[in-house]
Amino acid sequence: MKERVWIQDEGIDRGAEKLTPERIEKTINAVLGNEAGARLKAYVETCAHCGLCAEACHFYMSRDKDPRFSPVGKVKQTIWEMLDKKGKVSVEFMKQAVQVAQTECNLCRRCVQYCPFGIDIAYMMSLVRRIAHKLEITPLYIQDTAHSHSATMNQMWVKDDEWIDALHWQEDEIREELPAARIPLDKEGAEIMYSVIGPEPKFRTQLIYQAAAIMNETGCDWTMPATPGWDNSDMAMYTGDSEMMGRLKRMHFDTAARLRVKKIVMGECGHAFRSVYDTGNRVLGWRMPPVPVIHALEFYWDLLNSGKLKVAKKFEEPVTFHDPCNVVRGRGLHEKAREVVRAFCTNLVEMYPNKEHNYCCAAGGGVINCGPPFKNARVEGNRIKAEQLRATGVKVCIAPCHNCHGGLEDIIHKYKLDIELKFLGEIIYDCMEKPNAV
Amino acid sequence: MTQYSAWDWGVGSKTVADLSACDCDIEWREESLASPDGEQVAAVVKTGDAEFGVCVNGECWEPRYERVWYLKYSPDGRLTALANDQGDWTLCVNGEQWEEGYGFLWNTMFSKDGSVIACCVADSMTYGMVVDGVAWENLYANANNFILSPDGRKSAAVVQTVPLGQAEIFKFKEGVYSVAVDGEAWDVNFVNAWTPIFNTDTSLVAAQIRVNLFDYTIAVNGKPWAEIFNQVWEPRFHPKTNAVVAPVRVSGRWGMARDGKLIWQPTFFQVWQQQFNPSGDQLAAIVCPEYGRWTLAVDGKPWNTTFGDMVMDMTYSPDGRRLAALGKQDGKWTVFADDRPWSGQYDMCYAPVFSPDSAHVAARVEKQGRFTIVVNGKEYGTTFDQCFDPTFSPDSSKVLIRGIAGGKYQRIVEPVTQIIG
Ligand code: SF4
Ligand code: SF4
Ligand code: SF4
Repeated sequence: MKERVWIQDEGIDRGAEKLTPERIEKTINAVLGNEAGARLKAYVETCAHCGLCAEACHFYMSRDKDPRFSPVGKVKQTIWEMLDKKGKVSVEFMKQAVQVAQTECNLCRRCVQYCPFGIDIAYMMSLVRRIAHKLEITPLYIQDTAHSHSATMNQMWVKDDEWIDALHWQEDEIREELPAARIPLDKEGAEIMYSVIGPEPKFRTQLIYQAAAIMNETGCDWTMPATPGWDNSDMAMYTGDSEMMGRLKRMHFDTAARLRVKKIVMGECGHAFRSVYDTGNRVLGWRMPPVPVIHALEFYWDLLNSGKLKVAKKFEEPVTFHDPCNVVRGRGLHEKAREVVRAFCTNLVEMYPNKEHNYCCAAGGGVINCGPPFKNARVEGNRIKAEQLRATGVKVCIAPCHNCHGGLEDIIHKYKLDIELKFLGEIIYDCMEKPNAV
Repeated sequence: MTQYSAWDWGVGSKTVADLSACDCDIEWREESLASPDGEQVAAVVKTGDAEFGVCVNGECWEPRYERVWYLKYSPDGRLTALANDQGDWTLCVNGEQWEEGYGFLWNTMFSKDGSVIACCVADSMTYGMVVDGVAWENLYANANNFILSPDGRKSAAVVQTVPLGQAEIFKFKEGVYSVAVDGEAWDVNFVNAWTPIFNTDTSLVAAQIRVNLFDYTIAVNGKPWAEIFNQVWEPRFHPKTNAVVAPVRVSGRWGMARDGKLIWQPTFFQVWQQQFNPSGDQLAAIVCPEYGRWTLAVDGKPWNTTFGDMVMDMTYSPDGRRLAALGKQDGKWTVFADDRPWSGQYDMCYAPVFSPDSAHVAARVEKQGRFTIVVNGKEYGTTFDQCFDPTFSPDSSKVLIRGIAGGKYQRIVEPVTQIIG
């Protein structure tokens, strides 16, 4: 077996300097005892160590079936040891446990589908992250992102005015092409609140432009908030800071409620969907989102099927489609997504396995957000995705998720794949009928 | 606009404006807004190439701007809009702009009576507030969670007092945020601060704070409560005693603390948006007593009427004896007051409004794309393409209805008895 590499990270290393055995023990026992409860106990007692989940994990497959990267291997290196030792584990052990849970598992939940008992490894890795949060040994970059969330209610330290300014700017831009287009800000009573993730106003304004074009040309009654609450993303969910996750989601839903919209439509992001549709609402006491949440993929499908969105021309180049875990395993949107892709693209070449069995991009679960120190390991941990992509033989991959873009981009670069990534909205924008364009 | 008591309360209806009529050429007209007294209807209009104005009852304001947005009526009836004048932002009040221009202005706020108007400001990468056209003396590297006191005398915000570089997570944890009142920051920093709020005489400000990554509490004028909690939400002052209450989370359940001590046992899955009644002898909040079910609780005792989707806009009657709120179940909204829901189900409801004598409660509602108002659960016979919140007359016997139908804006005064029968 290859030697295990433990990566230096300032957040983990400097955080660990302050740890004492007592604090570690107390924290582990508090989290596992008070917060985990029956579910963890059931998992630990039922796991038969059969290893059936191993081949489900892209890290295991990409690292020559190294058992330390198998789902159950990750549990062994973290939770089991903590339980066995009743929390009496060393500082060094904790540092390594953070690396495993925070950077070697995408919480993609692929493995749970292969376990005969439905054991959710991702849940256990989340518990480790929770412990790391309480011990203040979360990796630097994702911790910084969580700090941004807490201070600005968005992921990228975007200030209140910068957000509005970005939307004004995109509105000016879009009027060059669609002279009567609007990005209506804070429009009370609109049917739809469109929400995005922090990087969009900062680095990917063209996505706001494209979404605005789709909204305008399909005649949607929509708005975007002029206040914090516009960002649906959530790295706090992935650092185990569930209190902050609750605060972010409350802000998001309160904003939608204040604007009296009937639904929230969100851009092409996987983890944000998980936060808004599943974990974030639940932590606040809502079984379901209090304002219905529609992911972009489903929204496009609705527009297409209601006849509002019309295809003007087809995207001729063959494409493949990457299924983001959080919207296929989390919401079953794979068929709807394909219907939209087929409507706009002549030739969809599937990669296998796909749909709810798709391999993750290895960026998700906050892994890419742990930043440069872990980049190489992450990319090495997803050779299998590169092989999957290469086997399609196509030059365009549609990935309707921001993190997937980041993750796949790195893989494409490292494994020298000649593939261009696109959001589905990009293709729709290019190929739809735009009756009001000049 | 005249004082509320002097508004035209004569029963009857009139068409105030035809929305298609405007004294200047317009390319398009944006969302309509009615004045509180109902005598005006206004909208942002596009009057030319990159040229916007505001049209009020068919007449355009004189000045034109590259961009005009955030059209709002102040409670005293003045019409305000944020406007971009050759790169500088200003606030226009009834067509007159503030003397000073700023890098960026947003989030217009009003004192309760509307006499004071404030905005958030960003200028040369510094942040703060502008009150009646005058900016805080000290601006900060960042500011948010802005608030104007109800009497308009003071303003406050969460401010960043220490520079923070990229990914400086350890410095962040030492605390770089504080609360500034009229631009003067507390002499203490916290990891985070949120939702500052003033007491009645504006001598005190309370805010939520986080003192490290997982301990939360409330600070009043910079002094944290002695107790810490797993989580807290927005604080509120008692209207008379200056005691501060806030929802707090203890061992996974929510309760209510006053000055740090629990007054509602932590038994709820959620507690938020608490309010004292006007005399301060009662405290109510939106609560989740059972996972996935929502209602109101008064002095810690939950109501029986619960909703699965959401509860919001809890409102006290002026006499402090009644409460109303909106509840949503299976995607449909209704109003519930005194622990009883109205029979009507709506696609949308707006915040309930009590009559001055507290006897009636009304709300704007939407059903199948049509809008109307409902009083004590009885729908007003006429529906509109759009309508605004109802207002009761000072003697509580009439209700002002403002609505748009067929491109015309109407002002209607109806006796309450006419609607409730
Ligand atoms: S990365 Fe996905 S498949 Fe691998 S252990 Fe984590 S949840 Fe399971
Ligand atoms: S498949 Fe299930 S039971 Fe088998 S090792 Fe994996 S988690 Fe344990
Ligand atoms: S980034 Fe995309 S593929 Fe990767 S975990 Fe998220 S949704 Fe899944």
